[in-house]
Amino acid sequence: MTQESKYMSNRRSVGKVRPHPTQNEALMFEKSAPGKRACKMPPLDVPAVDPASLLGADVRREAGLLPELSEIEIIRHFTRLSTWNYAIDLGMYPLGSCTMKYNPRVNEVVARIPGLAEAHPYRIRSHAQGILEIIDLLQRCLLEITGMDAITLQPAAGAHGEMTGILLVRAWHESQGRPRKKVIIPDSAHGTNPATAAICGYAVENLRSNAVGGIDLEALARQVDEDTAALMLTNPSTLGVFENEIHRIADILHARGALLYMDGANMNALVGKVRPGDFGVDVMHLNLHKTFSTPHGGGGPGSGPVACKAFLEPFLPIPVLVSEADGTRRWDYKRAQSIGRVRAYYGNVGMFIRALAYILANGPDGLRQTTEDAVLNANYIRKKLEDVYELPYRTPSMHEVVFSDRKQAAKGVKTGDIAKRLIDYGFHPYTVSFPLIVPGALMIEPTESESVQELDLFIDAMRSIAREVDEDPELVKTAPHSTRVSRLDEVQAARKPVLRWRPASQ
Amino acid sequence: MRYLPKSDAEREQMLAEIGARSIDDLFAVIPAEYRLNRDLDVPRQHAESEIIDYFRNAATKNTVGYYSFLGAGSYRHYRPVIIDSLVQRGEFLTSYTPYQAEITQGTLQAIFEFQTMIAELTGMDVANASMYDGSTGTAEAVMMAVRVTGRHKAAVARTVHPEYREVLATYTKYQGLPSNEVGFDRRTGRIDLAALEAEVSEETAAVLVQSPNFFGVIEDIPAIAQIAHAKGALLVVAITEAISLGIVRPPFEADIVAMEAQSCGVALSYGGPFCGVIATKEQYVRQMPGRLVGQTVDRDGYRGFVLTLSTREQHIRREKATSNICTNQALVALMATIFLTVYGKEGLRELAVHNLAKADYAARTLSAQRGARLVFEGAPSFNEFVLDTGEAPELWTPRLLDVNIAGGVPLRHWYPELGNATLWCATEVITRENIDTAAQVLAAAAVEVQEAC
Repeated sequence: MTQESKYMSNRRSVGKVRPHPTQNEALMFEKSAPGKRACKMPPLDVPAVDPASLLGADVRREAGLLPELSEIEIIRHFTRLSTWNYAIDLGMYPLGSCTMKYNPRVNEVVARIPGLAEAHPYRIRSHAQGILEIIDLLQRCLLEITGMDAITLQPAAGAHGEMTGILLVRAWHESQGRPRKKVIIPDSAHGTNPATAAICGYAVENLRSNAVGGIDLEALARQVDEDTAALMLTNPSTLGVFENEIHRIADILHARGALLYMDGANMNALVGKVRPGDFGVDVMHLNLHKTFSTPHGGGGPGSGPVACKAFLEPFLPIPVLVSEADGTRRWDYKRAQSIGRVRAYYGNVGMFIRALAYILANGPDGLRQTTEDAVLNANYIRKKLEDVYELPYRTPSMHEVVFSDRKQAAKGVKTGDIAKRLIDYGFHPYTVSFPLIVPGALMIEPTESESVQELDLFIDAMRSIAREVDEDPELVKTAPHSTRVSRLDEVQAARKPVLRWRPASQ
Repeated sequence: MRYLPKSDAEREQMLAEIGARSIDDLFAVIPAEYRLNRDLDVPRQHAESEIIDYFRNAATKNTVGYYSFLGAGSYRHYRPVIIDSLVQRGEFLTSYTPYQAEITQGTLQAIFEFQTMIAELTGMDVANASMYDGSTGTAEAVMMAVRVTGRHKAAVARTVHPEYREVLATYTKYQGLPSNEVGFDRRTGRIDLAALEAEVSEETAAVLVQSPNFFGVIEDIPAIAQIAHAKGALLVVAITEAISLGIVRPPFEADIVAMEAQSCGVALSYGGPFCGVIATKEQYVRQMPGRLVGQTVDRDGYRGFVLTLSTREQHIRREKATSNICTNQALVALMATIFLTVYGKEGLRELAVHNLAKADYAARTLSAQRGARLVFEGAPSFNEFVLDTGEAPELWTPRLLDVNIAGGVPLRHWYPELGNATLWCATEVITRENIDTAAQVLAAAAVEVQEAC
């Protein structure tokens, strides 16, 4: 090997990846030095005050240990940190049930238009008509998409929407005489479902999936009784499977006076093709940060509107947006049966603006094509990988596909290892070990945002990893090999939690 | 559709490889009776320029160019430009929750820095990675106190933001948690300590106060803590105006602090997205809701960060979790992190002192007008104050709007006993000219009222 090629070997391509240096960056507190600043206040145009005499005993004696840095250092600090992240903008992000689709940039532009971004929530009604018009149009679009009758945009995220929805269920049952005692939740559900039911004061009853990963109708019929408040159903399920007997599920519930709640996490498989309101759903939430393209931002903000049938409308959180005869809009607070507020003000309005911009960009044809492409992509991946990864349920896939690691586990390689190895190929891992009904699950949701080229690179990577499992399992088990940090010690992090920086002397 | 990276030929090719005749094959599982065989009735596909026009047009109906004295839990502060430069980097904006630590160290380290700064600001030991907002954070803080103490009652100050109290009521309704409200001293605007003492018992899990409170008045935290702790209750302090912590003594005696960090570089955006956060003492961390980032090492001994103590959370514990929260406000927390870094130790103090000075001048100037008076006196406040104008706010509001000023928030809706009182906020962005103009309009109003009598 020549000297040159020896050095060059570090630049070898793996799939779509070649190494690129990232820079080290200390914690901001470690870079701080007294007297550095990044801000300048304008001159004070009112008489100066003496804080100690104004505040007395309530004056802060010691400032907190905030950093002292200049502007260029702050720009570099956060820019360097950003380069340590994977992102949709860099490539496919196939997390199942997370719907990591493209986040259009025009959404960011319109959310920052000063008249919208600077609107105070308590501005008088006549000065808020523009923003109320936006909220109204979004509400009408979401009602049309879901086929429901009434909606609140107040919940701040999906789990918050679940809580709101189940509180509507509870309030309705109470209006019928008694709240009932339990909520039935399939074993394939997201963890937020049982946590939500518990918060709303319900006992959680598990419903076992049938042999094809769907709702077992006979088991459901046995389980639903006069104490059942609702079934919380994700449709398509977390296996990416549409419950094709959904109408019978609704019938079983309704016959006993129980309601059907739909977790809308997987709505990206349905928009423009089928409407939950048409197949028997009584109440559901949407995730604007999944289906409607608002950015995940490293974990939030989200937005979790709740749509319901007319009989649940009286219970919606206050305030509810209403239109007046003169065409203006206002918030209605006088609603005797309301469950109350779930959040101050009106919800994550900035996310409403982004979601509406997405709907406008798509129109009816774009929304339907989006759904079709999302389902097409998932089925393409399924077809191209089903010979190397086990498909535990052969039921038709919608927008996501779930494999298991059974073949690879025989070589001692688990789904988590395969996921970490994907990182070396330039992809974010799929969802690992979920849903719980599939041992060693690989849950893959490509979304509509991936081209054939990116999908093929992903498929090549997954097939290549399957070969590596046969030929060199250690390579996979010790992955990732190309990241700034290797696998992190999560046990130590939990045993001796270090949740904040402290200066060395303390 | 411009967001979809496929040609029709590619779609056909993919269908062929799957072995499907048409896209309809892939939706065949949906019962025919439920399939939507028409276009959705939503607006037609818009060009990017049309989308911008639509929202610009809506924004003009929202009326811009007003100087606002509105506060009441949502505050207008200057937002340094680098906040938006940085949070719009795709690596932050389009990244998911950092479950895969090796490729999300950027988000994880930034959250660790956020947790550190919030703990420093609030005088607590630790802070979480964020909650939806201050109101839900406050409700979750009270429920956390219930878990810590095993008790089932809360004593809530009426000086807590009315909408926060409404959210708390919704959250606790089905938790068997009665919460009784404690009134305020009509002279100072602080919680009535004697009434609090009478309310708190061995059954009280939490005493909830806000400081600065909804009237802008700083509560006597040490005295309140003494009453709560004497009966073994926890003290939960809500903070809606985070900038106050630049100059106001943090609630060191609190057990849990629930804060709204919107003031730290987050646009008002008609009330959201904002950024709640819960901070607490070390010993209560395992009862905290929400995500936490912790420091650890990788296999080569390098420092790194991970989401930790997740056995508290819903994806592990399901119905036994400390909360059902999953998605939080990460990107907004990043805005706050950048804001606090830009202002820094000295800058935040200076910013807070400017707020103090503006509000002091505004309170003195506005209350000096004939017919006007400050409703509360004798306790310190930060950047808000309650003004009684004599005349009903509905009468002077249009006159102020004529000179492009949005005056204070009427309080009658929440506090009928305060009559015509309004809550005014003066932050660093209000000018002396704004204040003087508002005073002139209020004075003119008072004269007219007298003449009318």
